[in-house]
Amino acid sequence: MIEATDQNFETEVLKSNIPVLVDFWAAWCGPCRMIEPVVEEFARDFEGRIKAVKLDVDANQNAAGRFAIRSIPSLLFFKDGRLANQIVGACTKSQLVSMAEEILAG
Amino acid sequence: MPDNLPAGEARDEDTPVVDIAIVGAGPAGLTAGLYAVRAGRSVILIEQLSPGGQAATTWQVDNYPGLPHIPGADLMMKIESQVREFNLQILSGQVLGMVPGKPHQLNTETGNIEARAIIFATGAKPRPLNIPGEAEFRGKGVSYCATCDGAFFRGLPVAVIGGGNTALEEAEFLTRFASKVYLVHRREKFRADKIVQDRVLQNPKIEIVSPFIPCEIAGPEQSVKGLKVERPDKTGNRELPVEGVFIFAGLNPQTDMVKNVLDLDEEAYLITGDDLSASVPGIFAAGDCRANQVKQIVVAAGEGARAAVMADRYLQTMAG
Repeated sequence: MIEATDQNFETEVLKSNIPVLVDFWAAWCGPCRMIEPVVEEFARDFEGRIKAVKLDVDANQNAAGRFAIRSIPSLLFFKDGRLANQIVGACTKSQLVSMAEEILAG
Repeated sequence: MPDNLPAGEARDEDTPVVDIAIVGAGPAGLTAGLYAVRAGRSVILIEQLSPGGQAATTWQVDNYPGLPHIPGADLMMKIESQVREFNLQILSGQVLGMVPGKPHQLNTETGNIEARAIIFATGAKPRPLNIPGEAEFRGKGVSYCATCDGAFFRGLPVAVIGGGNTALEEAEFLTRFASKVYLVHRREKFRADKIVQDRVLQNPKIEIVSPFIPCEIAGPEQSVKGLKVERPDKTGNRELPVEGVFIFAGLNPQTDMVKNVLDLDEEAYLITGDDLSASVPGIFAAGDCRANQVKQIVVAAGEGARAAVMADRYLQTMAG
């Protein structure tokens, strides 16, 4: 998965021509490690339709601050440069998939 | 086998019936898996997230024998890798329901799994307070996991709600980051272990606010700015100037998928006999989803082992 950073957030996420899922995580967060395989599987399934990226909140505090992230894992969907929807906390793959389908349809 | 099937139910020939299906990969489910595969049974373990359960969200575990001061996530990874050495099959999926029968059937989002015995080790989730502001500020200052979110509150005042081990341990953990921790409890006395209580009472960053009941989480739009609390006898109230509210006020068992099939107690925990068998033969329960009073990692692991042994014995009886 691509690593999003404060520096590339604009190009990788906001200016992407397909919707983007950003996984806000940190090394010290147990549940973030737990959902990692779920997000990776999602990334493979939606390849070409939705881009999935990871963002380390410790190293990239601007991006985390900009979207008022106060809880991780937080999974944010962006479409056309805007926040389209989000899931806070550990989630199942089916929750992610149904949100993604909604965003692709809308 | 097929002659035992209920009339009119065709079996998918492609999916073999396993001896034991386990639902949930926390300490109970993983330990059940370890014992079941070592007993020579065919086993499938189904987990909706990644293995680890609630234990993986614990900052540090100090009461798991033999592994002192271990981060919860590390403990669970050790257990998982130990289990995987024995080639336990762990499926990623969510169990939506169960149909009792011979074999029993688990309905998942991607299809059905058939098993001669099932162990439910589905665990529990933090119980919400259901007060105004709680749902609204979830992830914007309201949290159920200090290890996940504590670091976002560097230098800021926070409140912790609850009076058990989890609440007190997490309050102590949060003093690493927060400028001040208000510990709000609706009773005068705490339920937490004495050793934990002593540490909390001596911590200069923690102020005990008890007996007080949380009634509203307040804030403008994006973030929490305060927590309103009231005395149980309504003789007084306070507004705590906090930017974070961490809630550890009990658990809800994850038993929705079997609520119409198995007997649950009034709090929705699975009722079992001494042998951990649920109300349908061949179905067992272990860990936090079971009505057992003691919600501890070591207890969950122990129950997982027992449930696997009991399931193995049940299968022997059936075969005999």
